Amino acid sequence: MSTPAVQVRDLRKHYGPKKAVDGLDLTVEHGEIFAVLGPNGAGKTTTVEILEGYRHRDGGEVSVLGVDPRSADRAWRSRVGVVLQSASDHSELTVREMVTTFGRYYPSPRDTDEVIAAVGLTDKARTRTGQLSGGQRRRLDVALGIVGKPEMLFLDEPTTGFDPEARRAFWDLIESLRDGGTTILLTTHYMDEAERLADRCAVVRDGRVVALDHPARLGNRARQQAHVRWTVDGLLHEEKTTTPSALVAELSTRFGGEVPGLEVQRPTLEDVYLELVGEAGR
Amino acid sequence: MTSTTTTTGTAPDSRTAAPAPLPSLAVLAVERTRIELVQFFRIRDAVIFIFAYPIVMLAIFATVFGQDGTRVGPDPGIPFAQYFLPGMVATGVLLSSFQNLAMGIATSRDEGGLKRLRATPMPPTAYFLGKIGSVLVTSLVQTALLLASAALLFGVDLPSDAGRWVTFGWVFLLGTATGAICGVAFSSVPSNGKAASAVVTPIVLVLQFISGVFFQYDQLPSWMQTTAALFPLKWLAQGMRSVFLPDWARDIEPSGSWQHGATAAVLGAYLVVGLVVAVKTFQWRRRDDG
Repeated sequence: MSTPAVQVRDLRKHYGPKKAVDGLDLTVEHGEIFAVLGPNGAGKTTTVEILEGYRHRDGGEVSVLGVDPRSADRAWRSRVGVVLQSASDHSELTVREMVTTFGRYYPSPRDTDEVIAAVGLTDKARTRTGQLSGGQRRRLDVALGIVGKPEMLFLDEPTTGFDPEARRAFWDLIESLRDGGTTILLTTHYMDEAERLADRCAVVRDGRVVALDHPARLGNRARQQAHVRWTVDGLLHEEKTTTPSALVAELSTRFGGEVPGLEVQRPTLEDVYLELVGEAGR
Repeated sequence: MTSTTTTTGTAPDSRTAAPAPLPSLAVLAVERTRIELVQFFRIRDAVIFIFAYPIVMLAIFATVFGQDGTRVGPDPGIPFAQYFLPGMVATGVLLSSFQNLAMGIATSRDEGGLKRLRATPMPPTAYFLGKIGSVLVTSLVQTALLLASAALLFGVDLPSDAGRWVTFGWVFLLGTATGAICGVAFSSVPSNGKAASAVVTPIVLVLQFISGVFFQYDQLPSWMQTTAALFPLKWLAQGMRSVFLPDWARDIEPSGSWQHGATAAVLGAYLVVGLVVAVKTFQWRRRDDG
């Protein structure tokens, strides 16, 4: 394969004395879903907006689909889809009109009805966008981001405000886009979202990547101690071990079969994440 | 406006098939005009207000000042409805161009709409052409309704010679374009969408009072006339008076002439300066957006 979809080296951006991005590196391969995690103010949105061509960097090298976003032209914009954190404009247009008019900005757009169906808004196609619920509005945002058939899609906190059902439907949509060959970079606050979707995720803290791996392996998660819990006479017992299977086997022998209230827990992505962003903060 | 990339360009492209050409600027400008108009006409109450405002104002002022058959100027005089008509045409143009865009763009910026449009391959020029196109259409409809009401309800004789309509044409077009461009430039002044109405409305209102829209221009204090002459509305109104008032009415103008040259120069200067300011200061993102 040629150059990666996104390549960032030593990216720097400051606002006055505050360093928002401070030597950030990352690489996104073609066809993967890449999640960027990090607390508010870690530099996620600044980084993504530099990649989208909204902001100029102070230093470092950036290439998106082989082009420096600083010199973004119309051809490049037609290959990149952007879903921003919030937009509530054009409230007088219907969903269908909005998707249609946005499609006309692109050289070879997706079919309007297909896009509306893909985001689950077929029932709302004739509803004015001002009357959509927050979650429906967000799905429309996604529809507008993908109508141009982008090779690269940026999603900034796409499921904020979704109910659980809508989030699951949304995840299916994102996976189907990836399976169709779209490269996706998303920022999120939700660990379950990163865990479910991401092929790789980066944790950003203080404008730098502090960890980067598959969500299941992030922060050496798979090899960390597991918590084994069980109850005896209503009392909770807990033991930390690197060999949980051996411990469970031993417990099973001790109780003669079923272990009452048995739970085995590896550190969740959230545990690892909190540890990572906490560490880097100190 | 900053970019004029209307060519399809040759993007460094890993796809094997040749990329489809980007839609042309003309196609996009028409599409933007269309979508702006669809939105405009969807907000019914605003449409009614914008179209009815100059007509209602004309009715009020013509009735109040024209009681007992009073007329403007020396005998035979001009009926008040006819005298105020040019000012109302001018104020209508100002409302649907300057006020509409200054407030509309500020709101759209606030709602994140501009930022989203910026991420698409639609060139900024198409956006601005769409704004101007839609303003031209709404101004035309508004003015046509006003002229029809003036003729049918208030018995104003509309000019019949072609020369006056030529004057009307260029004053109307230049005034609308200038108002639109200044509206785009001014849209960056309000700090957010909610402040837009509070910032824009008083300016428009004051200009209406000092520019001879609501009062007989030659009877305003001279300092007020001098101040008004610094702004486009006075010239727009004066240009429209030269269309809709009899020839002899130029004698009651403070300058004793219609000053078409000065009108074109002032409106043109605002157009050029407004364009430069708009291009230099236009922001796609909210001010608090880093």
